Amino acid sequence: MSLLKYESQIREPLVDGDKDYHQITEDIIGPIETNPSRLWYIGFTISVALLIFGVYSVYRDVAYGIGQWNLNKTIGWGWDITNFVWWIGIGHAGTLISAILLLFRQGWRTGVNRAAEAMTIFAVICAGQFPIWHMGRVWMAPFIFPYPNTRGPLWVNFNSPLLWDVFAVSTYFTVSLLFWYSGLIPDLATVRDRAKTKFRKLFYGVVAFGWTGSTKHWQRHESLSLVLAGLSTPLVLSVHTIVSFDFATSVIPGWHTTIFPPYFVAGAIFSGFAMVQTLLIIVRKVMNLQDYITIGHIEAMNKVIVLTGSIVGCAYLTELFVAWYGQNPYEWYAFKENRVNINSPYGWSYWLMMFCNVASPQVFWSQKLRRNVTFTFFMSIIVNIGMWYERFVIIVTSIYRDYLPSSWSTYYSPSIWELGFYLGTFGLFFTCFFIFAKFFPIIAVAEIKAILKTSGENYKAKMTQMEKEDAEKFYIEEVEHAH
Amino acid sequence: MAGGRKKFVVGSFSDEKVLFPAVKNVRKAGYKIHDVYTPFPIHGLDHALGIRETSIHTAGFIYGTLGTATALGFISWIFTKSWPLNIGGKPHFALPAWIPITFELTVLFSAIGMTLTFCYLCTLAPFVKKHHFSLRATDDKFVMAIECTPNTSEAELQGFLNSAGAEDINIQEAETGWWIGRYDTEQKLYRDEVGF
Repeated sequence: MSLLKYESQIREPLVDGDKDYHQITEDIIGPIETNPSRLWYIGFTISVALLIFGVYSVYRDVAYGIGQWNLNKTIGWGWDITNFVWWIGIGHAGTLISAILLLFRQGWRTGVNRAAEAMTIFAVICAGQFPIWHMGRVWMAPFIFPYPNTRGPLWVNFNSPLLWDVFAVSTYFTVSLLFWYSGLIPDLATVRDRAKTKFRKLFYGVVAFGWTGSTKHWQRHESLSLVLAGLSTPLVLSVHTIVSFDFATSVIPGWHTTIFPPYFVAGAIFSGFAMVQTLLIIVRKVMNLQDYITIGHIEAMNKVIVLTGSIVGCAYLTELFVAWYGQNPYEWYAFKENRVNINSPYGWSYWLMMFCNVASPQVFWSQKLRRNVTFTFFMSIIVNIGMWYERFVIIVTSIYRDYLPSSWSTYYSPSIWELGFYLGTFGLFFTCFFIFAKFFPIIAVAEIKAILKTSGENYKAKMTQMEKEDAEKFYIEEVEHAH
Repeated sequence: MAGGRKKFVVGSFSDEKVLFPAVKNVRKAGYKIHDVYTPFPIHGLDHALGIRETSIHTAGFIYGTLGTATALGFISWIFTKSWPLNIGGKPHFALPAWIPITFELTVLFSAIGMTLTFCYLCTLAPFVKKHHFSLRATDDKFVMAIECTPNTSEAELQGFLNSAGAEDINIQEAETGWWIGRYDTEQKLYRDEVGF
């Protein structure tokens, strides 16, 4: 790739500083080979503490049942399903960066794809916890899969969106894992070949699968990555579409809308990019990777945030308009009284969502703000809160007032164990991420090397001349001929 | 696939610009390049080496159709034969409702199948040990290994590599066998490729 593809001089470099191949290895693999900083230990300790709290909350769910949650007669889906949809959505940005941007040949994905893919996997693991423990009798969990049994045989209902969800989420997890790990193998081999200690030699020797960097292997690896990207692209769209079917195929006012699939997918990418920003702004600072995750990368992601935020805003307004235009009194009531009316019990959550997801990302039309790291970090938190509230609004405001006013529920707020479960998944997510950042290359080393000579700052400076003289001559004489 | 030990002359390159002409010249001179090990994929190098295009994507397509067939076959057997469930009087054979699961299984089979095929073809697995000609092949060097035949003059070959721009030239002996892979048979000779 390196000499055969040229990039316009107008584009800003993707790798800053005076780098060569070896320097890239040093910069990215180096932090793995030293002891982690104090910040790492502090962060890891907090994550593990949260995780332990979460494990205890889940232990209580199993021991006492989900009656310890504040769910009630009409709100059978409360925080747990909100959290499920939120985490799944966060995962989607990883696949978007690694798969869709690969198909669109976006060079800037190379700096952020590895961390984003890892985020996807950990987020899906966190998401999976909610439906599993929501079952209450968790030992019944295997019954969600169709297998020959002595109950009839009795099979699962293949026409149910909840079963589609089982297939969608488990497929999504598996494919993301394969994509992530197949990309990691060459980089793990780099760590292995540099290893000095006995532990590192053994550990990376095992996990690198005996990768040598043979030309034929690279050729197959490229083909594998491309096809997996092609498969992941419709997959990621299907996963959140199917999650939205959990709601859209029901007849609950507020859920029963055809706009849900694209609306959920846009929202998922929106929240996912916000989470990528949150993580990477910390990572680039703590691990000193500003040369690889540049302001340009942050700006590119902010552009995606303003785009998807606007799509989401458009969807909210469409939904509202259709509720009024559709003339269904129940649906219009759900929107007008349960959501838009700020004096209703949950009216505040609707307007909080509107502010965080629709109004606030619009500031990113300003280039100055897009390139401001501190401001981006602040905004990424706002968007994450907003997207959590989107799911809360969809779920709780649609079901707390039933068709039958006598069963309208009293105010729902989570119990400490519902909260503990949610915080526990944060613990799980960050514990995984801290371990990943310590033991695995957090930036795709091989992919950065492949774009270095087209997009590295020092190489870009010489580019115009090279393009005119030797590279072109080289390309015509040596490479095209060889095909 | 056991074999004896083979001798290789190994040279490292640090620039693609030098590597490509070197590959061509070495092959032109009639030497057999065993492999070139690189830290990242270099587009066009496979063609320069005369390695044929991979067909792993075809395997992916076949696994995918297998997934489609499995999902459709299994669900329709269950809902029409094994346990026909009456869901509000709707048809037992409810194809549109099965599309999501069929799609997911297509993707799942294709992804798993392709990855396993990839690992099998490249002999990648935990605890696999291979001969590494140079540890810097995963860092910053492009390492070319040329197989020695009984007729090869090692000194001459080393000199030739040196003139082609290689650094750190050495001779290594390695066990032949499964780690070599099968593409040494699929790599065309230069004279076959250009046709003289």
